[in-house]
Amino acid sequence: MQPKTVTEAVQEVISPPLAMNTAIPVVGPKLTSSGLNFYYGTFKALHDISLDVHANKVTAFIGPSGCGKSTFLRTLNRMNETIKKTRVEGKVMLDNENILEMEVSQLRRRVGMVFQRPNPFPKSIFDNIAYGPRINGLTKNAADLAERVEKSLIRAALWNEVKDKLNKSAFDLSGGQQQRLCIARALAVDPEVLLLDEPCSALDPIATGKIEELLFQIKTTCTIVIVTHSMQQAARVADFTGFFLMGKLIEFDTTTKIFKTPAKKETEDYITGRFG
Amino acid sequence: MTSTLSLRRKSVNAIMLALTGVCTVAAVGLLFFVLGYLFVQGGFSLDLNFFTKLPLPTGEIGGGMANALLGSAKVLLLATSIGVPIGFLAGVYLAEYANPKYAAVIRFVTDLLNGVPSIVIGIFAYAMIVLSAGHYSTYAGGIALGVMMIPIALRTTEEFLRAVPTSMREGSMALGATKSTTIVSVVVPAAMRGLISGMMLNLARVAGETAPLLFTALSNQFWSPGWSQPTATLPVMIYNYAISPYEDQHRQAWAAGFVLLSLVLIINITARTIVGRGAKAR
Repeated sequence: MQPKTVTEAVQEVISPPLAMNTAIPVVGPKLTSSGLNFYYGTFKALHDISLDVHANKVTAFIGPSGCGKSTFLRTLNRMNETIKKTRVEGKVMLDNENILEMEVSQLRRRVGMVFQRPNPFPKSIFDNIAYGPRINGLTKNAADLAERVEKSLIRAALWNEVKDKLNKSAFDLSGGQQQRLCIARALAVDPEVLLLDEPCSALDPIATGKIEELLFQIKTTCTIVIVTHSMQQAARVADFTGFFLMGKLIEFDTTTKIFKTPAKKETEDYITGRFG
Repeated sequence: MTSTLSLRRKSVNAIMLALTGVCTVAAVGLLFFVLGYLFVQGGFSLDLNFFTKLPLPTGEIGGGMANALLGSAKVLLLATSIGVPIGFLAGVYLAEYANPKYAAVIRFVTDLLNGVPSIVIGIFAYAMIVLSAGHYSTYAGGIALGVMMIPIALRTTEEFLRAVPTSMREGSMALGATKSTTIVSVVVPAAMRGLISGMMLNLARVAGETAPLLFTALSNQFWSPGWSQPTATLPVMIYNYAISPYEDQHRQAWAAGFVLLSLVLIINITARTIVGRGAKAR
């Protein structure tokens, strides 16, 4: 993916968000999972997950706690490997490469992640964003790096709030700002896919609204996969939705279909609140 | 019946409160008494000569401990440059890499090393270094104290690194950082305040050690150039002067005790201020 210029990025922020499901045609799958099984020790946490994540769309995973939606998300950038005694079977293709056979740091640069709780580093705002480009050697010089930091903060709609205090500690920001900082940090390495693991669960409704708005802008340049506890959030932001239950993908379709005319009884029970 | 029971309970409660309270006052009071006594005795005994002059031959009045101040500084510098890097790196291994099974063993062995009486460390350094080199030396003293610093440096590092939340490590790994990059660029900086203050407290602890220095750095009436001659140090000077029969040496021992205590107090307070600031910044 070609990095954009600052002006292009600014324009992106200024122009109104694209309406859901319309402006971008489906260009095909960015990620394809087939026959994916996952084990924590002897416990099988994911059963035969097969689905396509479409490029430049928002794909949401919903389901009750412990259903495997976060585990599945974390296999997409192989974060689960940091836990001991885990095992994965099957295939996940990123474009034409099996991510399970890729070099892991290369994979994680291409597939970024934002976590449940904002986790800024104990560094300045600037250094938080610059961290990824620095360790991946993405910039040639200081001016280049400064431009990339600015661009990333603009993409995360945080630039105006922090441009005068880039050298302040990231901990000085509010929770919502910290989470947008984490999004900017992930965007700074130009990922092709952005994984968000319940990114709003620690935020208030206003901060949540800002992040959701942001997703509409980010998806023009990046494929988004989001795990959420809130069905309303999935309905608001996602083009596609998958419903997980007990480690199985019960149903996966367009968000409209899942919420209006679900094919499976379990999905309908969960969505209408008759479940758990 | 019920009223006598409650009376008994009340009186037991009162006795317990009184007993624990009195003991707390005694403990704190004794501590302040020791501190106060040292400040009064040592403070009045202190003069400029103490910092600038060499010790005079036994029996003469006056002189100072300039060589012991420099000697202590050199021994502690060497001890720190041995104990801190070894303990720190081993602590990183223990916190970040070690398999839990081996970690328990390493921790146990480290705690054993920490429990070794300092005089035993002194004998060990004497046998290994002084005897094989054929002479007492500054470096033998530094190595002995350095060995004493390792276990605490190790456990401090381990504990402060473990206190860094996993989410921070994940944030770094998710950007494509390797484990070693994550440790160097995120985990250690996040724990830095704690690590620095831990190392300072470690230094303060060995600064007053006397036993390991008696066999290794010995003492010296004069300046000790380089690292391979015996050197005077504050704790050993206090020991030597305090058991001598001369009034003026007693006075100087008090002064040295006062200086040593002040240094340890300053290090302690600085370390705690660093940690306190860190807690506020979060």
